[in-house]
Amino acid sequence: MATTTETLAIVSGDDVVRVRQKVRVRATEAGLSLVDQTKLITAASELARNTLDYGKGGHADIMTVNDTARRGVRIVFRDQGPGIPDVALALTDGFTSGNGLGHGLGGARRLVDDFDIQTAVGQGTTVTIARWRK
Amino acid sequence: MAKSAAQGALARLITDGEAEILADWLRTFATGETRISEQEAKAQGKDLLHALGKAVADGNVADIGSPDYDEVRDLLTGFSRSRALQGFSPSETATFVFSLKQPLFERIRSTADVKTAADQLWAMSSLLDQLGMFTVEAFQKTRDELIMRQREEIEELSTPVVKLWEGIVALPLIGTLDSGRTQVVMQNLLETIVQTGAEIAILDITGVPTVDTLVAQHLLKTVSAARLMGADCIISGIRPQIAQTIVQLGVQLNVVSKATLADALALALKRTGRTVEKVNKSGRSDGALAAEMRG
Ligand SMILES: Nc1ncnc2c1ncn2[C@@H]1O[C@H](COP(=O)(O)OP(=O)(O)OP(=O)(O)O)[C@@H](O)[C@H]1O
Ligand SMILES: [Mg+2]
Repeated sequence: MATTTETLAIVSGDDVVRVRQKVRVRATEAGLSLVDQTKLITAASELARNTLDYGKGGHADIMTVNDTARRGVRIVFRDQGPGIPDVALALTDGFTSGNGLGHGLGGARRLVDDFDIQTAVGQGTTVTIARWRK
Repeated sequence: MAKSAAQGALARLITDGEAEILADWLRTFATGETRISEQEAKAQGKDLLHALGKAVADGNVADIGSPDYDEVRDLLTGFSRSRALQGFSPSETATFVFSLKQPLFERIRSTADVKTAADQLWAMSSLLDQLGMFTVEAFQKTRDELIMRQREEIEELSTPVVKLWEGIVALPLIGTLDSGRTQVVMQNLLETIVQTGAEIAILDITGVPTVDTLVAQHLLKTVSAARLMGADCIISGIRPQIAQTIVQLGVQLNVVSKATLADALALALKRTGRTVEKVNKSGRSDGALAAEMRG
């Protein structure tokens, strides 16, 4: 089977909740363990909120990946906000330009198997994460 | 705007034929409706038709926002409000207004010449379209308010602070801890701590599905605010998968945690100088029995 993608807009706090719920459904369907589900949902929650708070809103593409090699859930968070000037700094625990704990981005990276971030100042940010069934 | 002769004719058409139009109108939608009584529908229809006749006579049919239409708009607002509360759908509610077209159009066709009829039909049709849209918007507004109110009620409901023991309160957290709710939760807890003079507050997160950095931050804020009020916090109900996730987020909660609410209560009792013992068959605690035997 190929992939099925569902796109959700992220423009309000309720949308962050919706992203979590959709990811939970997908992760369960993909057969992720309870621990893996929880980690993926938590990472998605962090990135969805960053999209909302710092990216001025955007979208999440949630897809189930089911090919011969592996099975799991991949999510792409994309916004057209200000971008991140220093990615290494943003990934550092404790760094926040708002008033968060500054653990979201780094924490999300530790919670998933695949993590990729593309960003440029003035051009927005795209973060892709995936968690695979073990 | 200036009252035209055509407008006067249109108004007369409504006013003169009121009883007849009303009867035809009610017939179109009365069949099989159980949520509202015939009398209620009749009363609503009658008031509306009457107000409409006056508004058409005095006001601009192309502008239902004008003061001449105040009464019509008020009636429609009240009407869509009651329909929303009675569980009608927006389209059902708007249909009530749109179904006035049929009887009105029939009157126009049977009383006017072809040229006048065309003008009147056009004027009446666009007027009813405007009124229908207005009804849908009013309906939506009521529903939004209703949802908002229910949401606030749920926020209140789902954050009860319970007094477990003298000096010990517990806050069973359930559902999504977004910022709005957390505010309420924190407020409730702090008030209860002050009122009861509690020394220990147990925050039970068994019912919280996800603990991300925002939730963690809310918890931390609650813990330090409670501390300022003189109460120590214990967090209970951290499930294993949540514990692992918190560790990977790298967030330090820096607060005593227990697996279950029961464990947290036992610890709280101990800290406030009490213990829980098993009672033997004679109804006395083993400790008391041992003391007795020693004595
Ligand atoms: N989509 C984004 N667009 C622009 N800047 C971002 C984006 N995501 C993260 N950042 C920047 O990276 C910083 C670190 O993000 P991170 O999620 O780690 O912390 P935080 O959101 O500030 O706090 P926390 O997530 O712990 O509540 C943010 O403060 C912000 O400056
Ligand atoms: Mg963040």
